[in-house]
Amino acid sequence: MAKIKLSEKKLEELKAVCKSFNNEKGELINVLHKAQGIFGYLPAEVQEVISKELNVSVAHVYGIVTFYSFFTMTPKGEHPVSICLGTACYVRGAEKVLEEFKRVLKIQVGETTPDGKFSLSCLRCVGACGLAPVVLVGEKVYGRVSPDGVKDIVAEYNS
Amino acid sequence: MGKIKYHMLVCGGTGCHASQSDQILKKFETLIHDRGLENEVQVIKTGCFGFCEKGPIVKMMPDNTFYTKVKLDDCEEILEEHIIKGRKVTRLLYENPETGEHVSDSKHMEFYKKQIRIALRNCGFINPENIEEYIARDGYQALGKVLTELSPEATIEIMKKSGLRGRGGGGFPTGLKWEITRAVKSDQKYVVCNADEGDPGAFMDRSVLEGDPHSVLEAMAINGYCTGADKGLVYIRAEYPLAVERLKIAMKQAREYGLLGKNILGTGFNFDVEIRYGAGAFVCGEETALIHSMEGLRGEPTVKPPFPSESGYLGKPTNVNNVETYANVPVIINKGADWFAKIGTERSKGTKVFALAGKINNVGLIEVPMGITLREVIYEIGGGIKNDKEFKAVQTGGPSGGMLTVKDLDTPIDYDNLIAAGSMMGSGGMIVMDENDCMVAMAKFYLQFTVEESCGKCSPCRIGNKRLYEMLEKITQGNGTPEDLDKLRNLSQVIKDTSLCGLGQSSPNPVLSSLNNFYDEYMEHVNLKKCRAGKCKSLMQYIINAENCIGCTLCARNCPVNAITGERKQVHLIDQEKCIKCGACMEKCKFNAIYIK
Amino acid sequence: MEMVKLTIDGKPVEVEKGTTILKAAKTVGIDIPTLCFFELKDMSIENRPGGCRVCVVEVKGRRNLAPACTTIVMQGMEVNTRNIRVLNARRTVLELILSDHPAECLTCAKSGNCELQSLAQQLGVREIPFQGEQSTYRKDTSPAIIRDIDKCIMCRRCEMMCNDVQTVGALSAVNRGFMAVVAPAFEMNLEKSPCTYCGQCVSVCPTGALTEVDHSRNVINALADPTKTVVVQTAPAVRAALGEEFGLAPGTLVTGKMVAALRRLGFNYVFDTDFAADLTIMEEGSELLDRLTRYLKGDKSVKLPILTSCCPGWVNFFEHNFPDMLDIPSTAKSPQQMFGPIAKEYFGKKLGVDRKNLIVVSIMPCLAKKYECQREEFKVNGDPDVNFSLSTRELGHLIKQANIDFNSLPDEDFDDPLGESTGASVIFGNTGGVIEAACRTAYELYTGKKLEKVEFEELRGMEGIRHATIDFDGLPLNIGIAHGLGNARKLLEDIQAGRNHFHAIEIMACPGGCIGGGGQPYHHGDSMILKQRAAALYREDAGKPIRKSHENPFIIELYKEFLGKPLSEKSHHLLHTHYFDKSAGVFVEE
Repeated sequence: MAKIKLSEKKLEELKAVCKSFNNEKGELINVLHKAQGIFGYLPAEVQEVISKELNVSVAHVYGIVTFYSFFTMTPKGEHPVSICLGTACYVRGAEKVLEEFKRVLKIQVGETTPDGKFSLSCLRCVGACGLAPVVLVGEKVYGRVSPDGVKDIVAEYNS
Repeated sequence: MGKIKYHMLVCGGTGCHASQSDQILKKFETLIHDRGLENEVQVIKTGCFGFCEKGPIVKMMPDNTFYTKVKLDDCEEILEEHIIKGRKVTRLLYENPETGEHVSDSKHMEFYKKQIRIALRNCGFINPENIEEYIARDGYQALGKVLTELSPEATIEIMKKSGLRGRGGGGFPTGLKWEITRAVKSDQKYVVCNADEGDPGAFMDRSVLEGDPHSVLEAMAINGYCTGADKGLVYIRAEYPLAVERLKIAMKQAREYGLLGKNILGTGFNFDVEIRYGAGAFVCGEETALIHSMEGLRGEPTVKPPFPSESGYLGKPTNVNNVETYANVPVIINKGADWFAKIGTERSKGTKVFALAGKINNVGLIEVPMGITLREVIYEIGGGIKNDKEFKAVQTGGPSGGMLTVKDLDTPIDYDNLIAAGSMMGSGGMIVMDENDCMVAMAKFYLQFTVEESCGKCSPCRIGNKRLYEMLEKITQGNGTPEDLDKLRNLSQVIKDTSLCGLGQSSPNPVLSSLNNFYDEYMEHVNLKKCRAGKCKSLMQYIINAENCIGCTLCARNCPVNAITGERKQVHLIDQEKCIKCGACMEKCKFNAIYIK
Repeated sequence: MEMVKLTIDGKPVEVEKGTTILKAAKTVGIDIPTLCFFELKDMSIENRPGGCRVCVVEVKGRRNLAPACTTIVMQGMEVNTRNIRVLNARRTVLELILSDHPAECLTCAKSGNCELQSLAQQLGVREIPFQGEQSTYRKDTSPAIIRDIDKCIMCRRCEMMCNDVQTVGALSAVNRGFMAVVAPAFEMNLEKSPCTYCGQCVSVCPTGALTEVDHSRNVINALADPTKTVVVQTAPAVRAALGEEFGLAPGTLVTGKMVAALRRLGFNYVFDTDFAADLTIMEEGSELLDRLTRYLKGDKSVKLPILTSCCPGWVNFFEHNFPDMLDIPSTAKSPQQMFGPIAKEYFGKKLGVDRKNLIVVSIMPCLAKKYECQREEFKVNGDPDVNFSLSTRELGHLIKQANIDFNSLPDEDFDDPLGESTGASVIFGNTGGVIEAACRTAYELYTGKKLEKVEFEELRGMEGIRHATIDFDGLPLNIGIAHGLGNARKLLEDIQAGRNHFHAIEIMACPGGCIGGGGQPYHHGDSMILKQRAAALYREDAGKPIRKSHENPFIIELYKEFLGKPLSEKSHHLLHTHYFDKSAGVFVEE
């Protein structure tokens, strides 16, 4: 695992977050949410700091991070692409859309493009089943996406 | 609101939100401001109207005009025509697919006719970010009544009499649950709202929280009063930012109005609510797993008993109910148990919210009385199958449910009937499938979900579901044997029988129900190596029909892997070795020259 | 006590309210198979996650099957533990577990001792009907423990031991679903975790997922090397447990046979760690008296309580967890590490053998000893004071490999001089034993009086945390005892918070002390075995002619001839050590 130095400022921010939850073990998941908000992901260093601050073992923190799919240890791309694979989207062809994204971006699910621009993930139901299949790029929702439309979506962010 | 002549209700539900309803709302505000109409027209962002298929939706009050598929460019016209000239913009009205007639009032639409809205009563009517609008529609009246007129016991009695059962899937009688928690003696108790909706293809809870957060807060306070808890926790998916935001606003306003916090309504009753975030684990819908997750642990379920009502959050008695269950509570208190119990079937009272989706014309959020048939839901409310295809199955209960078929279309929907039919109510996902959906592939889809979401604690769920998935994969790839079908059935039964929690106990339902209802299709996959729906890639080939092909080269130009060869104006050929069966060629062909074998 | 009546397989059963079906069934001779379930009765150690689902039974009126290990009996319950539904389910569940388990029984270190293997045998599994992907992970070899977690079945026993009992926190369940497994943080090697190598995870693992690093090959090579003189030392607790490897009843003392076997294996000298334990008492006891006397004289710089330091798991624990308290434990090395330099620098020199050619092997009930003898500070120019440390189990295997019929061996005596020991040193293997041995010596040295009754019953027992006040002729000496690192942590935190006022504290990492060590024959959750081993050591003590360390004639000679006196400069050089702050994380440097 590559050694990443945490910036002093963000580290202080992280410690302040822990403190705002009274450094309580029970608040671990809340702390991790905030930490991921600060760093964009949860590298080992961040987990170690949290473990110290909340006085729980690093193994425990890691056990939590790897249990919940919301938490990630790899930095997301500048434009995280999420394909909804909820049932409604699935029966309306989300898998093909996913395949096309994999092909166009040349990455697999959970990966980030080498230039750091895009990352690809799947999610379950965003509640826009009327627009199925649905793709999210960052916060923006694309509805009724067809494999044909994938190139255009990517192009929007590639200019 | 004296001088206001028009209210414009703009849907802020997730579906419409995704179709720029926010910008539409802003545009209206700007236009109104530009014309100096602020005192006459008010724009309100509401929760989900339900009719997501036709979103974004804008409803004009008081005349109930229901505009569908509104785009940014339409805003000016709506304002000019409807408000200023008093003329409806006909082209934006709902069009009855049967008659082609334009329908202006939603209550005349098939989609809404058979619905009864209790849990969703305020969704699409009020601005969820304004507590006064909730109060104006009898909000917090039930809490007031309970605190000033009723004892906890009497309130629990009303809940029991109403017959309300848990809407999260299990269907446990709500009043009884409250009574059990009340009976446990403890210095501290908790009430929890389970808003960790994880069913892929369901957004009921989210819509309630986005559209009517106060109804949940009010019900939690009533629950707290009944069970003896002064603290409520909402466990909500972090992936629901809008719901979280609106819940936070609602909590703040409720505190300001003295409806949460110390000494509520001067009665000496204390109750406040905190938010806990889920982090993406379907199993946390199970109440013991949810509690562990709230404690900062891995969301693994534990063996019951002890039930949360005895030993839950931090070891204290805890009452867990789901969002939709809560949303029913204030209405039951206000209108009485008898009123509620009149709706529904003998053992399932009231209504149920479903997220109707899939191959259906009217995708959306619906609330129907228990006892309605699937036929009514699919063909009347849902407007039938999309593109006039043939109905094949409907899945209720998501990955825990089963696939119901034509033979179940006239079964009244309630907890017990769905279980008898091999499915379950679940939280309310309802996915319609047509002739192009392969039932083996669907079972595999759900199993893939379960495999990803299994917590890994107990062996039947951790390994068994994986093996089920692998067997289904083998079958969809054309390598299955008839013995595999027996193995599938036995393994499914054992997983149901031996798994620790509800997830594993129900995860084989899609397999068992599809085996029961679509055995022929399984046999075709196994014996004939054929997928009649044309979904299982390994079992199909795209073939060019030489008679129809005119050699336009369109297919070849669209093939992502250059598997199609042929000179211009010559019959083309697909190289089966190269073909990845994406179907792009068939979609593009204008001459019907490509078919699936 | 309220009683509950039910029937199990048609048999009427009456048990106390709160009993599980599993235990109720046992009372009528029905032995429901289990896998993840684990307990050490009377020691507050229990693991019943209800995860493996092997113990499922049918309860009339219940929709699904119930796990017997966690389901509490109810009035009038009708339980069936062996109908076709139950048997099919149980077998299918086991087949599923086996389908995700490497079929490496022939070469697995755990073969013959594997609970999964026995279960497959018991249920008569002859084929695995499910084929599919197996969850695979990186193999991890640390100085003492091998993690081959492809073999992990998620019983969570190790996790429970590491976190709940030992509070070490090296392990946690990680990942989800099919890839869920128990591992250190970031699935890194144990070596990078706060692992103390106490080996309790190994001692409870039902499969071969966690085993010791086997050093017996190194020992065989040394024995075969004509240029080497190989001496062996055996820890007190080994003699009370080794017999179990050969089918003898738990608690059978096999001291003499063990010596005979070691001699037949070819060790040039068979010595006793007990000798070094007596030496430890001389040093540690003197240190206690020194600190105590200075303290009583009002020396504020003196740190009390003094903590024992003979348990390497415990040493690792406080180095990782209590870096601010490194000056409290005694500086005395553990008996194993005292033996090393005495063997190499004293005995070897007497023999005229260079230390490089003198190989010291230790037989230990412990896995942390493997790590301890590899510590840099216990080496001279790269040559370790103790070359190899074998566990009791490894010795058992070695004896079997050498075709030695252990049970028919005659009793033989240890060699002189490092084989002579006292009753005080034998009880080092029990919780409370070290401090009792120390009291025997310290009392006489402090008071100048003869101790009439050498047994301090008040220091004995299996309670996790114990305390007693010993009358040192008018001076009430407050003694604390903890076994199990979780209990140790409690005592330590009390000291930090100024909540207790002990003069001396004995700590052993493993439940029961060394008799329950991570290198001992597998007890499979039978706490009677631990109690019988403890009783055996007290028996051995009672039978010894000399029962106080300072009366060991060879110890007296060693001081006269070589060391001078306890805490002398030479003693400090050879027999004392210092501790390191190991609390830093792997990624974040403070």
